Amino acid sequence: MIAPVKGTIAMTAFTINGRAVDLAAEPDTPLLWVIREHLKLTGTKFGCGIAQCGACTVHVDGEPTRSCITLLQDVAGMEVTTIEGLSPDASHPLQQAWIAEQVPQCGYCQSGQIMQAAALLKSNPNPTRDQIVEHMDGNICRCGTYVRIISAIQRAAREA
Amino acid sequence: MTETLQLHTRTLSRRSFLITVGATGIAVAFGGLLQDASSASVAPALEGNYRPNAWLAIAADGTVTIVSPASEMGQGIMTTLPLLIAEDMDADWHKVRVVQAPSDAEKYGNPGFYGVQLTGGSESTRGYYKMLRLVGAQTRKIILASAADMLNVPVSELTTEPNRVVHARSGRSLEYGEVAAAGALPDPLPQATDADLKPSDQWRYIGNLTVPRIDIPSKVDGTAIFGIDVQLPDMLYGAVLRAPVQGEQPAIIDDAEARTVPGITHIVPLPYGVGIIGETVEATKRAKGLLKIVWTTSSRIRNYTSDRLLEEYRRIGRDLAQSGVSAATEGDAQTAISKAATVIAVDYMSDHVHHATMEPMNATALVAGDTVEIWAPTQGPTGTQGFAAEVAGTTPDKVKVNTTLLGGGFGRKAEADFIIDAVSLAKAVQGRPVKVIWSREDDVQHGKYRPLEAQHVQVGLDGDGNIIGWRHRIVADSIFARTMPQLFESEGGHDSVVTEGAHFNYAVPAHQIEYIRRDNGLDIGFWFGVGVGYTRFGIECVIDEIATAKGVDPVALRLELLKDQPRARKVIETVAQMAEWDRQRDGWALGVAYSDAFGSHCAEIAEVSLDRETGEIRVHTVWCAVDPGIAVQPRNIEALMITGITGGASHALFEQINIVDGEVQETNFDTYRVIRMSEAPDIKVTVIPTPEGPIGGIGQVGLPPIGPAIANAVARLTGGVRLRHYPFLPERVLAALNA
Repeated sequence: MIAPVKGTIAMTAFTINGRAVDLAAEPDTPLLWVIREHLKLTGTKFGCGIAQCGACTVHVDGEPTRSCITLLQDVAGMEVTTIEGLSPDASHPLQQAWIAEQVPQCGYCQSGQIMQAAALLKSNPNPTRDQIVEHMDGNICRCGTYVRIISAIQRAAREA
Repeated sequence: MTETLQLHTRTLSRRSFLITVGATGIAVAFGGLLQDASSASVAPALEGNYRPNAWLAIAADGTVTIVSPASEMGQGIMTTLPLLIAEDMDADWHKVRVVQAPSDAEKYGNPGFYGVQLTGGSESTRGYYKMLRLVGAQTRKIILASAADMLNVPVSELTTEPNRVVHARSGRSLEYGEVAAAGALPDPLPQATDADLKPSDQWRYIGNLTVPRIDIPSKVDGTAIFGIDVQLPDMLYGAVLRAPVQGEQPAIIDDAEARTVPGITHIVPLPYGVGIIGETVEATKRAKGLLKIVWTTSSRIRNYTSDRLLEEYRRIGRDLAQSGVSAATEGDAQTAISKAATVIAVDYMSDHVHHATMEPMNATALVAGDTVEIWAPTQGPTGTQGFAAEVAGTTPDKVKVNTTLLGGGFGRKAEADFIIDAVSLAKAVQGRPVKVIWSREDDVQHGKYRPLEAQHVQVGLDGDGNIIGWRHRIVADSIFARTMPQLFESEGGHDSVVTEGAHFNYAVPAHQIEYIRRDNGLDIGFWFGVGVGYTRFGIECVIDEIATAKGVDPVALRLELLKDQPRARKVIETVAQMAEWDRQRDGWALGVAYSDAFGSHCAEIAEVSLDRETGEIRVHTVWCAVDPGIAVQPRNIEALMITGITGGASHALFEQINIVDGEVQETNFDTYRVIRMSEAPDIKVTVIPTPEGPIGGIGQVGLPPIGPAIANAVARLTGGVRLRHYPFLPERVLAALNA
């Protein structure tokens, strides 16, 4: 057992899913770990740590953002939305479409996929297939559910 | 501590069937999956007092809680297996709740797969199918007996509708919940036999296209709990700096700087690295980066350079003087080939590939005295008990494993290295749980890759182009020698998973399959499709090479070679129709491949184009027809074909692990390239069930044909240029074009 070293930990204030938080953690802590392990919102996933896979995608002030390379200090005073805050009851058209198309297999990447897609539909409610692919290309799905993701985004656009 | 995956098997043969239902249900605790992460440690029990057997309970409100014994890694098994019980007990699926089985192989082991809890090999539905249907049928008989007693009528006058017992003569009925609330279990319990199973024309759920997967709602709102999501009171975090080369150990550990990171509580030397424990994830990551380690340099793996070894394997494959062990011998292929009018002799090869599950390796363990509790995304709870016990110095029965959802498995999570990390660190702190999370770099660089392999295929044709002999030599290291040494030994040094798929159902008069093991020491493992993923690459490309030599159509040749196999012919004919096989494409071409591996028939056609300047292949559309025998969940089977085809295209086109002097060169998704949406084909699947069975495996079935289908399409597009080395990197394609 190592005698604990006392650090002076700064507080960072931001909003997450509409809730104000004032969090004690090193300011250079990746937002991902703040969300997952300090705030226990585990719907946002760790996939690569270098913004290559998109599993950690959240919205920061409405913009899709890779939380694994975003530092806590970068979101001070800002508004963060995670999959848990996308809708109160899984009623977002994308969540409903994801169920209707039976998209997830292992499901691990799907929070990031849905958050990435939600940002697209917000700015472009009727994307073409090519626009969907271009927007989603940074999100890896190792189960290869891409064709169903495309169908689900198209369905959500249609039914929203 | 060796990191071998020795399964603690019971003495059950792979296919032997032992039914143990009828034992009175015992109150067991379950690790929760679909609950709030912060309460993952609070294990809910089966709900309801009416417990006909160890597999389910019925509550007074009619809720039927069913145990799912296999690991859910994306294949839908936590819907498939409970659904089999629900079918024959005539449960109302809307009232079914599923809980994950605890680690208890006696009760929940797969009767068709060594009797253990190990999810893999596309063996779960095949292995549990009969037993779970009998469990359902027995449950129904028990409910009927209880209801007959309550209604005071003979059992023979009762029938069931979903969640309801009906007595037509009196017009009375009882909900299952009412039976559960007031009924007594009959003594003795009635037993079920095959005669009690519902005939296929009465199935409500098996084969039903509208039954949704039970895990999906939790996977769209962030509530699904994977291993990495586990949160326990008082939990610490762990990270491990692993030796850069397999087999090396820390010789000198300088942790002076690492110890100064606020929140670090322990630094733990391990046989294969150095563990760090701390109060936060970020502290452990920071401290890990500050460790200064001098590693030993004695590992034989420092001699391992994959490029060089593959060339060596290829030479050995071609050198017929070097004999291996026989994997299968039918007739005298050598003599037949020596008399052939034409001999096709070619090499097919594949590089190492990595699983890269989206959820990196992780596990959480709590060690207190001689007891261990584990929360982990594991494919093998039974093996986990054995390994954890070994590390903690206790016995497997003192180890409880809570299997979480798995963010991908593909064989990687059948291993125990990440479990060993967590138990080793938890042992050092005693009484506090430790969650160990690997970085993606740890995950990529310390994988259990698919074997590096070279195959030499020789086929002899007579003057009419008919196959008279087929010889298939596979040169690779062994997976079973490490993971199941007793099995490897008992099979005389033949690794049946490395050569898996080499045996096929094409009609050839003489067939010889040889396995030549090269022991170079690297820990290789089970990757999606295992041996079938490359053996069918060689076989299906050679079939097309034969078609070319013979001047016949590749679809027609396959149909001819399968003329006595209607199910095989049907999937090939269907996929040819779907793809409009005979329609010429301008600048694009089609390629076909077929596989009967895992007990299912699967044919695929890929439509590809090629950029001759860059060597880049593009796969536009893939058509697939599959006959899995009994299709329990056809819509999910379609999803699994999509997974196999997309993942198979990924590994055929892009995926490659290079090892130089024992060090893995790739680190993360920037260097280990996997397929993305813009590169993924559109996919059309037709499921052709054979309800009379037998039931085939399905999880890995979609993968093997796609690589050869792509290669065959490229050959047809280019006037015969063959790609014989996975992956089809642009430089390899250009080299083949310019050869």
